[in-house]
Amino acid sequence: MNFTKLLASAALVAGMATAAFADGHEKTKVGFVYVGPIGDGGWTYEHDKGRLAVEEEFGDAVETVYVESVAEGPDSERVMTQMALDGADLIFTTSFGYMDPTINVAAKFPDVKFEHATGYKRADNVSTYSARFYEGRAIQGHIAGKMTKSNIIGYIASYPIPEVIRGINSAYIHAAKVNPDVEFKIIWAYTWFDPAKEADAAKALIEQGADVVLQHTDSTAPQAAAQEAGNVVTFGQASDMGQYAPFPRVSSIIDDWAPYYIARTKAVMDGTWESTDTWDGIGAGMVGIGEISDAVPADVKAEALALKEQLASGEYHAFTGPLNKQDGSVFLAEGETADDGTLAGMNFYVEGIDAEIPQ
Amino acid sequence: MDLSAINPILFIAGFFVAATPLIFAAIGELVVERSGVLNLGVEGMMIIGAICGFATAVETGSPLLGFAAAAVGGALLSLLFAFLTQVMLANQVASGLALTLFGLGFSALLGQGYIGVKPPRLGDVDFGPLADIPVIGPIFLSHDIILYLGLALVVAVWATLKYTRAGLVLRAVGENHDAAHALGFKVKRIRTLAIMFGGACAGVGGAYISLIRVPQWTEGMTAGVGWIALALVVFASWKPLRILVGAYLFGGLVQLQLNLQGAGVAIPVEYLAMSPYLITIVVLVILSRDANRAPGSLGRVFHASS
Repeated sequence: MNFTKLLASAALVAGMATAAFADGHEKTKVGFVYVGPIGDGGWTYEHDKGRLAVEEEFGDAVETVYVESVAEGPDSERVMTQMALDGADLIFTTSFGYMDPTINVAAKFPDVKFEHATGYKRADNVSTYSARFYEGRAIQGHIAGKMTKSNIIGYIASYPIPEVIRGINSAYIHAAKVNPDVEFKIIWAYTWFDPAKEADAAKALIEQGADVVLQHTDSTAPQAAAQEAGNVVTFGQASDMGQYAPFPRVSSIIDDWAPYYIARTKAVMDGTWESTDTWDGIGAGMVGIGEISDAVPADVKAEALALKEQLASGEYHAFTGPLNKQDGSVFLAEGETADDGTLAGMNFYVEGIDAEIPQ
Repeated sequence: MDLSAINPILFIAGFFVAATPLIFAAIGELVVERSGVLNLGVEGMMIIGAICGFATAVETGSPLLGFAAAAVGGALLSLLFAFLTQVMLANQVASGLALTLFGLGFSALLGQGYIGVKPPRLGDVDFGPLADIPVIGPIFLSHDIILYLGLALVVAVWATLKYTRAGLVLRAVGENHDAAHALGFKVKRIRTLAIMFGGACAGVGGAYISLIRVPQWTEGMTAGVGWIALALVVFASWKPLRILVGAYLFGGLVQLQLNLQGAGVAIPVEYLAMSPYLITIVVLVILSRDANRAPGSLGRVFHASS
């Protein structure tokens, strides 16, 4: 008996055991694999809110399980395998680095449905989903460009992957649009979550003159650093981070996964689940904009909300030409908008960003 | 590239803050090792100190009480290690590793209710007009009391080990526990006290991260500082004053790495990120003729009958 069969039969036994204990009908078991602790106040916190929403929606008909702070790589593969063996019907894996492990484990468990967040590899039982965070970053960039007095905006980036580069570009384009003198300083932290390092990175940026700090890492440590510095603007990342409002946190990008998680769990229960690729933005409600606080002047707030309306209705695309790449070559012609393929694989800065992407 | 963007005064002042948790953890471990015990549980004691200090500071509103609680928490956890290694005669390496794993898990449990909470801030020491001296003021005289306490502690440990009878006894126990025992010194009692001192120092170091450097509570936030502290003791060849050099080198390079990135230096980030470790290795090689300065009984189990 080879390993795959062994796993499959073990899953079958585990599944029957679950069924035997269920009273009358079998519970749908939904698993979640998290990259950080559920108390990070950011990315993982919002995914866990989605999980709780699933529990609330379906009550006793579902059972959810989660494992937090799972390292990307082999560890995650072990966790997913364990979840599948324990009888999960649907498993959400919520970090980019889980992409290959998800595909590997999914191949071993053809009857279990997998959903990978922010990836691009799919299979018959693997869907992908992500949110158009760059729409939110366009709005934050607009506010950042208006709020900066030193014209230096700091950006704490995590890993040089398309998702993060897209965010930097979107924020820069919209900051430069309202403030042509704006300059981006980018620090790569090489972590999604390390409060001490994020705090140090924020301090380094502030010491170098940044009076607005944007982040693509998950903790609230940069907000704490900005609060201490006194006159630095920050934005909530992934979660509202409202405990730092009205200042230094003046707005935020909020991930709202709950409707998606509920819909996909329902699809598994109904037997209508299919492998899909979902990429929704402000319009569909997957990306929310946290309340723009009173620290932002009223006219800037009104402009930001107008931009939000345009992005939501589809009237305006965050990547609209004319835009050049950093090397001066043409990226988008006048009036042209970027297609999803280009956005999904974005590996270059737009013209005006004076930095290099680490290779 | 724009190196002028780095403000050297703020940059150097940042060294001190980044190095302080390391200084506390390393000086405590140095005392433990000079008594002949190898405690690999520094990371665990630091994270316990981080949550004990944070929780106490939040509940009482006093950061200083928080630091006191962190010292007590770290010392209590180290008592577990002392019990295992001094009473049960368990293997020190395994017990130390167990202490780290236990500390990481237990701190996460204790910290359940403190995620997203803001701690009270510990203000900087008021040096009056002295703090206005150009360059020197902002670099040296703009910090909190705990940072200066760390520096004083290093000097105190150095003086105690070098000039006092207590220091001589501690060193004798670490160099040759059988001889020390034959002379009538209570080897286990002295080692237990040293272990508790090490635990208290590590606890304060952890609380410095959760109360001053970050400041907030998140699971696993010490992120390896305890392990660097262990390496630092070897780096310093068990000499207290060299701990300071090593801690500033390490803390400084981490800061430099982030600052250079901000200034747009086109060195691949990976090189910058690994530079502290590389330099540590180089310095270790240079200092290797001192490497046999390790206390003679380090890591060996003591039993009066042997």
